[in-house]
Amino acid sequence: MSTDTAIRVQGIERSYGDLHVLRGVDLEVARGSIFALLGSNGAGKTTLVKILSTLLKPDAGSASVHGFDVLTHPADVRESISLTGQFAAVDETLTGRENLVLVARLRHLKHARRIADDLLTRFQLADSGERRVATYSGGMRRRLDIAMSLIGDPPVIFLDEPTTGLDPQSRAEVWSCVRELAGNGTTVLLTTQYLDEAEQLADRIAILHEGRIIADGTLAELRRLLPPATVEYVEKQPTLEDVFLAVVGAH
Amino acid sequence: MSATHFVDDTTVLVGRSMRHITRSLDTILSVTIMPIAMMLLFVYVFGGAIDTGTASYVDYLLPGILVLTVVMGVSYTAFRLFTDLKSGILERFQSMPIARSSVLWAHVLTSLVSNAISVAVVVVVALAIGFRSSAGVVAWAGVAAVLVLFTLAVTWIAVIAGLSAKSVDGVGAFSYPLIFLPYISSAFVPTDSMPGPVRAFAEHQPVTPIINTIRDLFAQQPVGGELWVAVAWCVGIAAVAHAAAMATYRRKTA
Repeated sequence: MSTDTAIRVQGIERSYGDLHVLRGVDLEVARGSIFALLGSNGAGKTTLVKILSTLLKPDAGSASVHGFDVLTHPADVRESISLTGQFAAVDETLTGRENLVLVARLRHLKHARRIADDLLTRFQLADSGERRVATYSGGMRRRLDIAMSLIGDPPVIFLDEPTTGLDPQSRAEVWSCVRELAGNGTTVLLTTQYLDEAEQLADRIAILHEGRIIADGTLAELRRLLPPATVEYVEKQPTLEDVFLAVVGAH
Repeated sequence: MSATHFVDDTTVLVGRSMRHITRSLDTILSVTIMPIAMMLLFVYVFGGAIDTGTASYVDYLLPGILVLTVVMGVSYTAFRLFTDLKSGILERFQSMPIARSSVLWAHVLTSLVSNAISVAVVVVVALAIGFRSSAGVVAWAGVAAVLVLFTLAVTWIAVIAGLSAKSVDGVGAFSYPLIFLPYISSAFVPTDSMPGPVRAFAEHQPVTPIINTIRDLFAQQPVGGELWVAVAWCVGIAAVAHAAAMATYRRKTA
């Protein structure tokens, strides 16, 4: 496998009973890039993320993360990744600082307190670090959630619908934090149902529909899937939304 | 994953769930209210009509109340585990490079501590209403050891319930049959007053030898064979429930 590839997925299939959620997914994510997996609710985005983060085993196919096979070397995969699930997985009874210290200790890092302090400052949570997370707003929880995922500097980060349910301002905060991550060389695979989010953030976008990747490319490449813009009263480039609906509709 | 990871990770996670307990002491106290109410009810209302052959009914009653306290207390372990599962923090832990079984063991060890606190509260109330024991340090340690074994056994059952429940309401349901067991045992009345089949059940279910052993320890009587029956039940239940809990836990991630 090429050293420039952080995530490689080949022919992954997974069913829940009679429901074929993933029917042969292939994709590659370049190291240090932001890769957006776009799909409607129930398209199988979360299932794929769970397989890549070793929480779920595929029925068929293979996948490797940071060079480690998820089936044969799950422990090495877990050393290399961080998962931010669909719902902010924070401990509400603990304070923000205690949540960060908890994760740092579980990652067997020294100086857990200093790591926690640094992250609280970086995510504008320093003033609320001593408060219980139960009192946090949705945006603060999400920021804490992402901060917890950064502990130990894992080279690959999965963000499963990181901005679902957030207000526009918190959303912008999450976006800037994702950009900063990629800027530092972290590979980010994010799932989203928001088309503008993929358009804003991602280097590459894949559209997952009915268990398969039906389009995969840069935004410019995806735009070329449609006929060239036609001149009517106003010239209008197709937005990603147009592309999405067109390719989804075609299948 | 090495053994030192297991110990380190379990220690960190026990610290976490102990914070949950110290920050909601009311849950521990509310767990003790029911057994204390039962104790008062039986001592001051029903107890006068029950002939146990002992001088003081509260002396007879306390061992059963302690068992009831533990059975009610472990439902909080199921609840805490269910909350971890639903909030997604269990998934976060499982996607991290930690010893996976440490997540469950942390909850089990925390259950031992919180039930020890509940039991201590109930014993203090019992002393206040006239419970007396001539038991020495060794006998008290014996009582503690039997209760620890029993707590371990029922906590692993609670773990299965917490991992497999579909709703918050379902989490507590597992404890109803367990809560019922002390009633058909030697907890409140001697089993020889019961009609044949009921008596046969009462004398051959796990709770009776456990209660009788604790009662003998408090009364400074020789404990005899019932101790080993009690220990065998606890170890057997703990072993089976532990295996089933681990299998349930693995299935959650397959």
